[in-house]
Amino acid sequence: MQEKPFRNDGYAKVTGRAAYADDYSISGMLHMVPVYADYVAAKNLAVDYSEALKVPGCVRVFTAKDVPGSNVFGQIEKDYPIIASDRVRSWGDVCALVVAETRKAALEAATKVSITADPVRAVLTIEEALKDNAPVVPSYGKSNIVVEHKLRHGNPDQAFDSCELILEEEFETQAIEQGYMEPESALCVPRHDGVIEIYGSMQHPFSTRRFTAALLGEPLSNIEVYTIAVGGGFGGKDDNAAAVCARAALGARLLKRPVKLTYSREWSFRETYKRHPYKLSYKVGFTSEGLVKAVKAKMYADSGPYLSVTPWVTWRSTAQCFGPYSVENIHADVYGVATNNIFCGAMRGFGAPQVNFSVEQIMDIAAHTLGIHPLGMRRMNMVKQGSETVTGQILDDHTVSLEEVMNKVVHAIGYRKKYEKCTFGKSENDELYGIGLAISYRGSSLGAEGMDFCSAIINGQFDGSILLETGIHENGQGSESVMMLILADELGVNLDRIRYRRSSTSSIPDSGTTVATRGTIMGGSAVVTAVRKFRELLSFHLAERLRCKPEEVTYHDDKIWGLNFAYSLTWEEAMRELYLQQVTPYAFGTYQAPPVSWDDTTGQGNAYFTYVYSCQAVELTVKKSTGKITLKNVVAGHDIGKAVNRAMVLGQMYGGITQGAGMALMEEFRMEEGKVVTDNFDTYKIPRMTDMPEMTGIIIENSDPHSLTGAKGIGEPALELIAPAIANAVYNATGIRSKKMPITIDPEDLNE
Amino acid sequence: MNSITINGKEYTIGEDQLEMSLLNFLRENLIMTGTKNGCEKGVCGSCTVTADNRAVRSCRMSMEKMAGKQIITIEGMEYPDGTLHPIQQGFIDAGAIQCGFCTPGMVMSAYALLLANPEPSREEIRKAMRGNLCRCTGYQQIVDAVELAAKRIKEEHLSVTAGCLA
Ligand code: FES
Ligand code: FES
Repeated sequence: MQEKPFRNDGYAKVTGRAAYADDYSISGMLHMVPVYADYVAAKNLAVDYSEALKVPGCVRVFTAKDVPGSNVFGQIEKDYPIIASDRVRSWGDVCALVVAETRKAALEAATKVSITADPVRAVLTIEEALKDNAPVVPSYGKSNIVVEHKLRHGNPDQAFDSCELILEEEFETQAIEQGYMEPESALCVPRHDGVIEIYGSMQHPFSTRRFTAALLGEPLSNIEVYTIAVGGGFGGKDDNAAAVCARAALGARLLKRPVKLTYSREWSFRETYKRHPYKLSYKVGFTSEGLVKAVKAKMYADSGPYLSVTPWVTWRSTAQCFGPYSVENIHADVYGVATNNIFCGAMRGFGAPQVNFSVEQIMDIAAHTLGIHPLGMRRMNMVKQGSETVTGQILDDHTVSLEEVMNKVVHAIGYRKKYEKCTFGKSENDELYGIGLAISYRGSSLGAEGMDFCSAIINGQFDGSILLETGIHENGQGSESVMMLILADELGVNLDRIRYRRSSTSSIPDSGTTVATRGTIMGGSAVVTAVRKFRELLSFHLAERLRCKPEEVTYHDDKIWGLNFAYSLTWEEAMRELYLQQVTPYAFGTYQAPPVSWDDTTGQGNAYFTYVYSCQAVELTVKKSTGKITLKNVVAGHDIGKAVNRAMVLGQMYGGITQGAGMALMEEFRMEEGKVVTDNFDTYKIPRMTDMPEMTGIIIENSDPHSLTGAKGIGEPALELIAPAIANAVYNATGIRSKKMPITIDPEDLNE
Repeated sequence: MNSITINGKEYTIGEDQLEMSLLNFLRENLIMTGTKNGCEKGVCGSCTVTADNRAVRSCRMSMEKMAGKQIITIEGMEYPDGTLHPIQQGFIDAGAIQCGFCTPGMVMSAYALLLANPEPSREEIRKAMRGNLCRCTGYQQIVDAVELAAKRIKEEHLSVTAGCLA
């Protein structure tokens, strides 16, 4: 494991030299800005831009009519309007694009674009959307229910009869903005050979290429998307970031000049998809000892007008519908519902935080009701080695370490002793104290939600240096550095021999999105696959020089060794030898995720090939006089298989916890009548330095047999369980249950 | 004629530039793109630079207001020979960098803090830098970085002054 923090972009980032999309400019570059309509739902959209064209410097205004290809696209359903035509389905729809010689001129011209349409009835809540007479929002299908998942395991209806305690609880979660610090931006440059080059702030170059090719009506090979520094994504820089690139590309193609489109924070908040707000209801039956016997769950997720990845988000909620617990009898029904709110899509956590917020509170409620310790309650019900999950998967082919993880966190924070000090609403002074925790498991990578494979290329140079490239995208999380560390380790070379090659969509095969905490597990495994091939090639050609058989050649200490270390070659010598033999030291490796399975009708199958096990505990105080909640201490433990870059793993934990704490305590993306009211960080508040306590991360390493490096991942597990831990701690401090986020305590309720 | 000193170099401010924000002047006129635009509303801190040794949000500062001031930007922090300022080195060594978009603003806020208070406690660091948002790191390692830099400056008798002024 790398103890000292390693980042191949550290120097560039502390000196301000790392160039993000808006930092690029090129001579002859034009500026584009989007124009929105002040409608939430409307038809007969008409755009008049004659006045805009009169603004000095304005070059062109594009509408859907100018699109050579398809103006709509999407990852699952092709329904998202890159430029809207005829219909407006949300306040974030882009209706025209203004291009001018300067940004200032473009901004001014945009104010002169006049947009008219005939408003139609907008659907703004899940309840309204489900009514029989509700207008149908999506452009496809006949209903506002855009996706429906079922899980059927055992027979809860019957099992409820024998339960000692039956809880019926409802929970509600809010829309959340990913809040990456860099707003979307793209620079698109027409190349002399007809290719459009894209330098964009996107999470997924290949998705960007698909959106752009669709809009332009051109083959994928006509578009080359480059990886550059990206200022965060957290799931949020896929569809819209791709659309931003596609729009600039449209301008570049039609005007035959470079075009830059940089978003203001307000546009970014207005247009881009959010975390799905959920309404969840649970009926859970327990034995008097606290064993969960039966569960019935129903969830509704507001998808907004466009589908994006709603089916996948809600699928994860289905597969993980009752937290990390084994339940013999469980039924769940999960629905994605269309409305005219700003649409929802991927955000770090992806359908799990909403479920965990509910389930981890239900476990505490039951424990309190039955007079059982919350830890004992969890220990009794949690998945263990060989357990069956709610999807009928037997967890016997990797280390199921949930109990170990929970024990470590409980021990580190001193949970048992501190739990005794919880005030439950009663204290002599103004301060109430609570400690709370939550546990989770998270299926790694995509699971049965998608195609899962990834490539890596090792390109040895004849002077002994090595180029590495993978299909995993650097969003700021440090994935390039992790891939380099894995290569250095597997090849036994010094890190300074390796350079990560800035990849483009034309240089490496599509390896899927860098999402679902799959970067390290999939990319790392692809690197290992490539290394194995690379070593085989080298061993074959170098064995003679090393006076041994190819299978006896070893790689370590920055050299290549023969049997018993009698002979060795430096990398410079080895690469020179290959050159003389006219052999190219090059290897391409692809890693396919182990098989998973899923039966849509029953929601049963091996949903994920492995799981990350997690526990987070938090201490907090609540002021009786004001209701103010202050976090005091957080301890997080995660079994991530193996840590490759320790400091970065911890950074992922702390960052995830902070985003989760934001969701729990302050963040709420609000709309009024479908129009965004929280459109910048003054109204949409995310945690600041003073909102966060000191945190401790515990890395637990049970090497995973499904990952060629043993490493799983940490991006999303870090975020998905601090909110219920906080909710439980708030209850333990105040005696008040918070079934809705963000959690607020009204001091009036405390004094009753 | 109005002028402004940026990283030790003097620039004249044209009449037509008086209303421009310092952020746009830096990014568009000087092509110093290290200073970032995260909100253009004075609430995220990505655009932080120092003006006469105090941290300011360059997106909210007009060139007119900044006239006559000594500005240090992220580009002015390292030494002419490429050695990093101890704060910059601290960010690398504490693992305080992820996407890096907040990093220039963070470094500049930390710089203003250490000029005013060479040995801040963790609490004081958090208070002084609360105007700088970071969505990636959860701040823990950023606080570590500033603490580490302060410690090194003290123990190794390093100068706090920005590299461009050395
Ligand atoms: S860009 Fe100036 S404070 Fe955000
Ligand atoms: S490192 Fe990404 S915002 Fe701070």
